[in-house]
Amino acid sequence: MWQIIQTASPQLIKAGLKYTIPIAVIAFAIGLAIALVTALIRLSQKRGGFLIIKTLFRFYVWVFRSTPLLVQLFIVYFGLPYLKIQGLSPHGIQLDPVVAGILTFSLNTGAYCSETIRASILSINQGQWEAAYSIGMTRTMALFRIILPQAIRISLPPLANSFISLVKDTSLAASITIVEMFEVSQQIAAQNYQPLVMYMLVAVYYAVFCTLLTWLQGYLEKVTSRYIVAK
Amino acid sequence: MLKVSQLTKSFGDQEVLHGLTTTFPEHQTTVILGPSGSGKSTLLRSLNFLERPESGHYNFDGKDLDWSQPISNATILQIRRHTEMVFQGYNLFPHLSVLKNITEGPIHVLRHDKATAQTEAQQLLAKVGLADKADEYPSQLSGGQSQRVAIARSLAMHPEYIFLDEPTSALDPELELGVLKVLLQIAKEKQSMIIVTHNLAFARQVADKILFVENGHILFDGPNQDFFGTQNQRILDFISAMTFSDLAGD
Ligand SMILES: Nc1ncnc2c1ncn2[C@@H]1O[C@H](COP(=O)(O)OP(=O)(O)OP(=O)(O)O)[C@@H](O)[C@H]1O
Ligand SMILES: [Mg+2]
Repeated sequence: MWQIIQTASPQLIKAGLKYTIPIAVIAFAIGLAIALVTALIRLSQKRGGFLIIKTLFRFYVWVFRSTPLLVQLFIVYFGLPYLKIQGLSPHGIQLDPVVAGILTFSLNTGAYCSETIRASILSINQGQWEAAYSIGMTRTMALFRIILPQAIRISLPPLANSFISLVKDTSLAASITIVEMFEVSQQIAAQNYQPLVMYMLVAVYYAVFCTLLTWLQGYLEKVTSRYIVAK
Repeated sequence: MLKVSQLTKSFGDQEVLHGLTTTFPEHQTTVILGPSGSGKSTLLRSLNFLERPESGHYNFDGKDLDWSQPISNATILQIRRHTEMVFQGYNLFPHLSVLKNITEGPIHVLRHDKATAQTEAQQLLAKVGLADKADEYPSQLSGGQSQRVAIARSLAMHPEYIFLDEPTSALDPELELGVLKVLLQIAKEKQSMIIVTHNLAFARQVADKILFVENGHILFDGPNQDFFGTQNQRILDFISAMTFSDLAGD
């Protein structure tokens, strides 16, 4: 068994470094940006034509939270090539599998994280807004200088949850032909007839990465909680 | 000079301020008294545009605003430059040190340079008796210290008026005293203030003018001495209730 672990590990780690980790990190970074924009738009008090934009973003969150991630991956990678629109995409939209993966993962995690961020902003006492307005701040300034710095601290644990979920969900990318860590473990298991060892091994590598993220979360929580001092 | 006329404010279909008209003289302290739920906070918050009355006029140094007309955000920001609010619950910014709580407005809103703002913040902290707390976080302060920081934060903006809504009602009497002394000092320096309080002894000492509000109406609007020397039975009842002088009675 040690033999199997020794020969399979380099291939798994390589796939992890080449696909799993970059896809997870890039998709989460983009997802966070989407989430922040979505949360801010949904919390905006603007009226009029802006309501249409708000509805669009609400629809986006609804779609991505109400459908399975695997189905979303299939639609983007296998489905879009059949989206033939006159003048716009006459030959359908054929995405590179990694691009399709990152796109789908970003949009999916962005939908979930937008709710996290929205909730964390709403959890900040109304008095903080009023104190900011009282010293003459605009809504935008109050948001970025007073509210968000506090909201970030609150949203860290649930955001870390989303990130960890995403790391594990990248295994679904195997189904759209990306040779990420789980796909590699399947291929090796098919050759050496050791599925138990192989899948346990790949599970360990996912766990190692997620543990690193948990540590990172702990560190960030400490940094952002500096101001909470026990009397 | 700050004036309001015919200020009317409703929450839903419940009208809580019924056309108030009064003035808040410059360099004086106006104290607003009245029973709970009478509309004191709503009046004060309307003056800082934290509430939006549906009609009436707001007049600051001759510049008139009609509440029944749309008012732009820019105008509201401009108005708020003249006024500062001190809240019952302090509302310090918990993620900023005491010093940064005070310099936040001067540096980022007034765009004063950092060194000047910090020097002044230190002076203000000394004034409220907290010179040694500059680098602490609000979570390390007592309620009385927090409120004194909040007062320093408002002074740092050099507002023409400071509004204080029950600044000491969350505090023990001992801590309350420290805050009241600071306010008396500021009043002596002729800072224009409007204070809502339930502390009649303090009101009597600090007020130039008293406004007694009940059920959204102004029942009394006049100088301190006239209020405490009144023959009006309703006001006498209020004073006796607030000073517990009936406690031993019956
Ligand atoms: N945001 C709100 N929504 C609905 N009703 C409100 C709101 N704020 C205040 N009211 C109502 O308006 C009336 C006046 O309230 P306000 O807070 O101004 O009274 P107050 O004189 O400050 O009372 P207290 O001494 O208890 O602080 C009350 O009947 C209150 O229930
Ligand atoms: Mg009140």
